[in-house]
Amino acid sequence: MSKRSVADLKIGERATIKSFNDQWMSLKLLEMGCLPGAEVCLHCKAPLGDPICLNVSGYCLSMRKSEAATILVE
Amino acid sequence: MLSREPAGTEPARSSRKDSLKAAPIIALIGNPNAGKSSLFNQLTGLRQKTGNFPGVTVDKKSGTCLLDAQTEATVIDLPGVYSIYPKSPDEQIVTDILANPAHPDYPDVAVVVVDSSNIRRNLLLFTQITDLGVPVVLALNMLDVAHQQHQEINAVKLAMRLGVPVVRVNARTGEGLGLLKKAVTGQLRQPTLPERLFFDPAQDIAGLIDDTKARYGLTNNYLALQYIIQHDGFSFLDRGQRVGLDELIEKHQFVETEFQAKETIQRYQRIAAVVTQAVTDSRPLNQPTWSQKMDRILMHPVGGYIFFTLILLLIFQAIFAWAQPFMDAIDEGVAYLSGALKDSLPAGAFTNLLTDGILAGIGGVLVFIPQIAALFLLISILEESGYMSRVMILMDRIMRRFGLNGRSVVPLISGVACAVPAIMATRSIGTRRERLITIMVTPLMSCSARLPIYTILIALVVPEQRVLGFLNVQGLALMGLYLLGLVAALLAAWVFKKLLHVNERSFFIMELPTFKMPRWNHVGLTVWESVRAFVWEAGRVIIAISIILWVLASYGPGDSLDQAEAKARQQYAGQPDAAIESHVASERLEASYAGRFGHMIEPAIKPLGYDWKIGIALLSSFAAREVFVGTMATIYSIGGSDAEDEATIRQRLQAERNPETGGVMYTPALAYSLLVFYVFAMMCMSTIATTYRETKEWKWPAIQLLYMTGLAYMSAFAVYQLFR
Repeated sequence: MSKRSVADLKIGERATIKSFNDQWMSLKLLEMGCLPGAEVCLHCKAPLGDPICLNVSGYCLSMRKSEAATILVE
Repeated sequence: MLSREPAGTEPARSSRKDSLKAAPIIALIGNPNAGKSSLFNQLTGLRQKTGNFPGVTVDKKSGTCLLDAQTEATVIDLPGVYSIYPKSPDEQIVTDILANPAHPDYPDVAVVVVDSSNIRRNLLLFTQITDLGVPVVLALNMLDVAHQQHQEINAVKLAMRLGVPVVRVNARTGEGLGLLKKAVTGQLRQPTLPERLFFDPAQDIAGLIDDTKARYGLTNNYLALQYIIQHDGFSFLDRGQRVGLDELIEKHQFVETEFQAKETIQRYQRIAAVVTQAVTDSRPLNQPTWSQKMDRILMHPVGGYIFFTLILLLIFQAIFAWAQPFMDAIDEGVAYLSGALKDSLPAGAFTNLLTDGILAGIGGVLVFIPQIAALFLLISILEESGYMSRVMILMDRIMRRFGLNGRSVVPLISGVACAVPAIMATRSIGTRRERLITIMVTPLMSCSARLPIYTILIALVVPEQRVLGFLNVQGLALMGLYLLGLVAALLAAWVFKKLLHVNERSFFIMELPTFKMPRWNHVGLTVWESVRAFVWEAGRVIIAISIILWVLASYGPGDSLDQAEAKARQQYAGQPDAAIESHVASERLEASYAGRFGHMIEPAIKPLGYDWKIGIALLSSFAAREVFVGTMATIYSIGGSDAEDEATIRQRLQAERNPETGGVMYTPALAYSLLVFYVFAMMCMSTIATTYRETKEWKWPAIQLLYMTGLAYMSAFAVYQLFR
């Protein structure tokens, strides 16, 4: 299970960010505090499971599932 | 190699070391939701105005603030950003100003406002601003929230570690404002800058940085990096300068995204080192805040949509029911004023122009104020409380199908009041394609100017009865028209999505703010601003059209009007005076310039079921559809006391006969055809002007006008032919 991403998390599940698989997207995510080594927790999902809301570095960040899939976790 | 120069050494700044500049400029910068606007209101009070930044359409909020007894500073509230690298058109301005010391709004001191409960992410922007060489004061806001979340910040340690003055403020209550002003004055007198850059690009790409600095006369390493990475967006660089930078990038084989990622990571590392020393965080893990518990309900797959539907119903109720008494009052007030003027002024062309032309026009504008105020009151409460962000998330998935974005929801809802502020609200949409599509389809949402048209025509042909005991059929018809507009907007968006192939990626990374109590002074300001913008922007057009229309309807070539009048008096002699006067008015209208225009276009609109009279109303409302009811009133020669009295217009319309068939003119087929025409037609000069301003190309308003008018014409044709 090395290719698990934030998009695979269940509500309430925690994980640690390992890396990104999309450099362009990673720039925006990094600025918003999604750093390698940071802990994230899936806060909630919109109906139909997309977009999702993520607790990261002390606040809540929402993003599309496709964007979450670029954040790989350990 | 490590650059040892202080971050800000531009020669321009050294001259004002001791004496304060006469009118210093202070910029407020910060993340969205950090409390920047609250602080701006605290600093400037009501001494603020909204203008434009030179050359761009982004609203510029500025005001004045007394720093001490002698110094009055200009405070500029810059749009909220997360970093110096812009993600949407309204964010671009921040970089444009801060990277260009020659910009008229370049600040002498930047106050970076941070949300203390989220200090790491907020400090990212701070380190970038400081590295650009601007003297900075760090304002720690929302310490109370941080305290609730068991985080304590040591401002003294933070100031020492960051190398700039740090002030504790409470932007909601105004606490700490005195200290903030003192710190700003201190930075104006004798700027304290950090000893070294938080992130020095010269450590890795010294050659490129040195070349750029030498070629463009820069002294600051980080500014040089901004030239390299962002020069395509910098309006102050000319073509030659941009090409020169491209050549430098080529020469040094600089990879932008990789470097930018590295910058962000390194900055966060430095910030983490500072924060561990200055902030104690004893936040218990795993404890959802009340705001997060709210989300579980409001984002629930079923509950979330039910709540959103209820909110929408509330908005419609406010616009259509609660605003009505106020609109009636304005209507009556204008009618009373018009009557009073007619009685007291000598009869003549000037009095007629004043009452039937100008005053009727002003009344037509003022009457929409209650609806616009009600809509923006609710929207701004939803935005202030944080719920609007949840709506964007709820709707993103659906919107995306149609080539839109979750953020398109706000423009589309605002479009129900007026497309002008709605189109301006698209600036927060980061991708150009999605923003463009939102702009193109927003005018299909039925704005409040269409409401009087809907009301009159529905009352004419839809029976006033109830189904299932409580549903008013007329109300259902009205709702149907609004839905028709919404469906058309979504379908048009889908078509644009298929047609517009832009190699641009869409994204929806957005901070979800915590729920907050709305700041009522902000709500009030928003309502005031939108009403003011509507009255001023749309009002000017409507009044101008009213005057032109009055002239066209009151004059004709030569003495044709008098001839028509004489003919009518002869023909209807013997009828009661009132009847004669009404025939005279309508004959004169037919002979006027407006009447001739109407006859001219009659062949084109005949297939839709319209005659020359409706033609005049159509033509005059092409500039602003608000004019329709007024024109109809004039055309059906109600004239006289109360041009806006809808019941009277309705009776007139019902009595109108079709000269060809002899039956009623306003058959359901004609009324539905007109209704559909007005749902789709692009009839608003202000919207066209706004679309041009926001897209900066005439192509887009032209396409908008063509596709909407074409859609209106074809649908009206289909409806008329089907129902006749």
